[in-house]
Amino acid sequence: MTIRLVVNGRPRDLEVAPHALLLDVLRDTLDLKGAKRSCDTQVCGACTVLVDGLAVSACTYLAVEADGRSVLTVEGLADGESLHPLQRAFVEAGAVQCGFCTSGMLLTAKAMLAENRTPTRDDVLHYLRGSLCRCTGYRKIVDAVLAAAETAR
Amino acid sequence: MSARPLRVVGHPVPRVDAIEKVTGRARYVTDLTLPGMAHAKVLRSPYAHARVRRVDVTRARARPGVFAALAGADLTWCDPYYGPAYRDRPVLAIGVARYEGEPVAAVAAVDEATAEEALELIDVDYEPLAPVMTLEEALAEDAPLVHAGQPPAGHFADLSTLRPRPGTNICHQFQFARGDAAAALGGADVVVEDAYRFPPVQHVALEPHAAVAAWDETGALTLWASTQNPYSVRVELAKMFDVPLARIRVVVPHLGGGFGSKTYAKLEPLAATLARAAARPVRLAASVPEAFQTVRRCASRVAVRAGFRRDGTLVAVACDADYDVGAYADIGPRVVQKGTYTATGPYRVPHVRLEARAVYTNTTPGGAFRGFGVPQLAWALESLFDVAADRLDRDPVDLRRQNFLAHGEEFAPGDTPIDGKLEESLSRAAEAIGWTRAPAADRGRGVAAMLKASVAPSVSEAIVRLHADGSVTVLASAVEMGQGTRTVLTQIAAEVLSVPLARVTVVQPDTAVTPYDQTTSSSRSTAMTGRAVQVAAEDVRDQLLAIAAQNLGVAARELALADGAVVAPARRLTYPEALALKFGMSGGELIGRGVIAPGRTAAPLGGSTPFWEMAVGAAEVSVDEETGAVRVERYVSVADVGRAINPLLLEGQDEGGVVQGLGHTLLEEMLYADGHLLNGTLLVYRVPRADDTPSELECHFVENADGSGPFGAKGAGEGSLIPVSPAVANALARLTGVRLRDLPLTPERVWRALRARSPRA
Repeated sequence: MTIRLVVNGRPRDLEVAPHALLLDVLRDTLDLKGAKRSCDTQVCGACTVLVDGLAVSACTYLAVEADGRSVLTVEGLADGESLHPLQRAFVEAGAVQCGFCTSGMLLTAKAMLAENRTPTRDDVLHYLRGSLCRCTGYRKIVDAVLAAAETAR
Repeated sequence: MSARPLRVVGHPVPRVDAIEKVTGRARYVTDLTLPGMAHAKVLRSPYAHARVRRVDVTRARARPGVFAALAGADLTWCDPYYGPAYRDRPVLAIGVARYEGEPVAAVAAVDEATAEEALELIDVDYEPLAPVMTLEEALAEDAPLVHAGQPPAGHFADLSTLRPRPGTNICHQFQFARGDAAAALGGADVVVEDAYRFPPVQHVALEPHAAVAAWDETGALTLWASTQNPYSVRVELAKMFDVPLARIRVVVPHLGGGFGSKTYAKLEPLAATLARAAARPVRLAASVPEAFQTVRRCASRVAVRAGFRRDGTLVAVACDADYDVGAYADIGPRVVQKGTYTATGPYRVPHVRLEARAVYTNTTPGGAFRGFGVPQLAWALESLFDVAADRLDRDPVDLRRQNFLAHGEEFAPGDTPIDGKLEESLSRAAEAIGWTRAPAADRGRGVAAMLKASVAPSVSEAIVRLHADGSVTVLASAVEMGQGTRTVLTQIAAEVLSVPLARVTVVQPDTAVTPYDQTTSSSRSTAMTGRAVQVAAEDVRDQLLAIAAQNLGVAARELALADGAVVAPARRLTYPEALALKFGMSGGELIGRGVIAPGRTAAPLGGSTPFWEMAVGAAEVSVDEETGAVRVERYVSVADVGRAINPLLLEGQDEGGVVQGLGHTLLEEMLYADGHLLNGTLLVYRVPRADDTPSELECHFVENADGSGPFGAKGAGEGSLIPVSPAVANALARLTGVRLRDLPLTPERVWRALRARSPRA
């Protein structure tokens, strides 16, 4: 099937199998390796990307569903060499360790901040329930999201 | 040299690989693609224990797009067994499958879908056998044997003393004694005893195990592997394929978490075998459920007795620990002896009898997991310590303080004297949690302490190269898996050579390029690899000083390095100038070498620990009496680290350790029934989420620069995890009067215990 979508601001016409998952199309067809495969069951959040601004698990999202939509991956977050405020906050707060959850965390946080520009700590904790991190204990990730929200205001 | 203020060591600089990670550019094994690369899938045993009568891969092999299909019986052209303690694990089951999920056959095909389809064409004739799923079943008289014969020892010299009990499922026994524990317990004023259980849990590194293997036209093998110790993997593969070490190259890209799950060979032997059979590169990437079928923490049951004098002096400890190491020994025997060796914790105990057994069962192999056997025993001893405090009518903090080993005191004959100040950690933890102030009526507080040895003897080597433009390359094989070792090694080299961090590059581990390092585990990288990098950088520094002394006509002792130059009282020679003077041209480089190899000693485990890891945890909890749900409201961890090379990264690591500890304390357990693992997916195996974390979490460090590592550092990263479960259980006991002995402290267990509690008058 042919689908037409925008990935990180760039229009793409792609030939995909009807059962192809968005994660595989991003990683294998478009060589965007930032979204990671882990649990394959929508639990861990490592594969999170934004579709029309909403966070989805690319591991269980059919590529054809993205037809006519706009997809943002971690590779499209920075403006050239200039990091997104969330990326900067993650670096400065020490919110990155192994990095395997990082792209999903960043995009989930971006989706949250689009919904709620003034989140409380509890808001962030709640929103990140679908994003697992086994390295950091989450505190610095939450700090980073709150700091980025503060910067954006 | 005179002490000068540290420029980068001790500072909370951001990690050097942060940018590549926040932009998605960091490459992990599963992000790699090689030309012609095949994709592998594994057929796994549906039975916990079965005779494998016949595996027919003919139809799979004939399927278009399949490059190789293998069963155990096909592996006649290599030694199909591997394992660091015993070489007891076949690459693919041979004759018998010993746990549910054991690889029985494997396929390499043009893509993953084709490989999956080919698996369905493989016929296996199983004869189910009675499994042993628990320690009780495995240790029962006439229990079915997981392994009938005795396999050869693996590649660890210190495990040449493996002591299996033939004809049983016991694959190793460990004993340690000093004084006369039986007599001392007989004469003690107060004796407390109890038995504690620790569940099997999985690491859940977000990146499951993965490997890409490629043989070249000369018969050399390259593996890109998610491993914490490329050099151990190399040894296994060299033995399997009878290839010189020099012709096996193990490269480690970014690692998506390890926590011990990626120590020793895991998928690499199968990936290499398939690549040989397929005659092309093969990628083998495990799923999360397959990670649950690859390695887990060794479960345990621990019976411990402790005797005290009426004044609170601890006089004796006797401990019997059984560890369930699963179907293959992996590094289980070492986990068992290492954990048991420090069963007495950070306390002075004149009379000790410790006995431990490593027991095979028909479950996922048990191996290394953050804490390496110590969390299981600390759970027992530190819980029992609070029971003793109750009996003695003593404050648990005071009772611990009274019995702590002092700085410089002997732990065991021949081993390193205690190199930290436990009372300082305890005092800071007690102060931070507000121990002397009463908690709110619905809160309880508890403390626990820990002591752990690092692996010994061990070896770390490093090379530091100073280039003609004054930039620096560090070659070392400590694996960056999120803990921050690449940043720490960068800081150490930059500090010694007085260059900006951005001028230092730490090369990713590659056994063809970066020198030997035993393992990235045991909290050893900062202390051992970091020290090797420091020595190598000092070697370069001394060469620079010699060049400058000769060319400036100044004694080397009057020279120092500053801002990328050798400075004399009145003159300055930049590194490029120094190198140009030495080589007479604009090329050449200075090469420094660092080797840290303390060797064998008379210590009980064969080597003296390079440092003691010591930490104290303090928890404040609440409980919902209606549901039994325990919530850790506040937690304080204090670790004695000697010096925090990077406080920001260290804090992150210890916070992560606490939360990982909360996992096995409150949530996690691999549950088996009828020979099957019930919860080997993240849908049903719950690890801590962001909203499970304490509202207040503080990680502090005691820094007295008293470690043997660079700038007085000691290892860290496991210490924060170990006190968590006893600290939480002790807090729960002080709040409710309920003492639980089995982890995790699930709502159901707590609720039942609260119901069974005698009604308050």
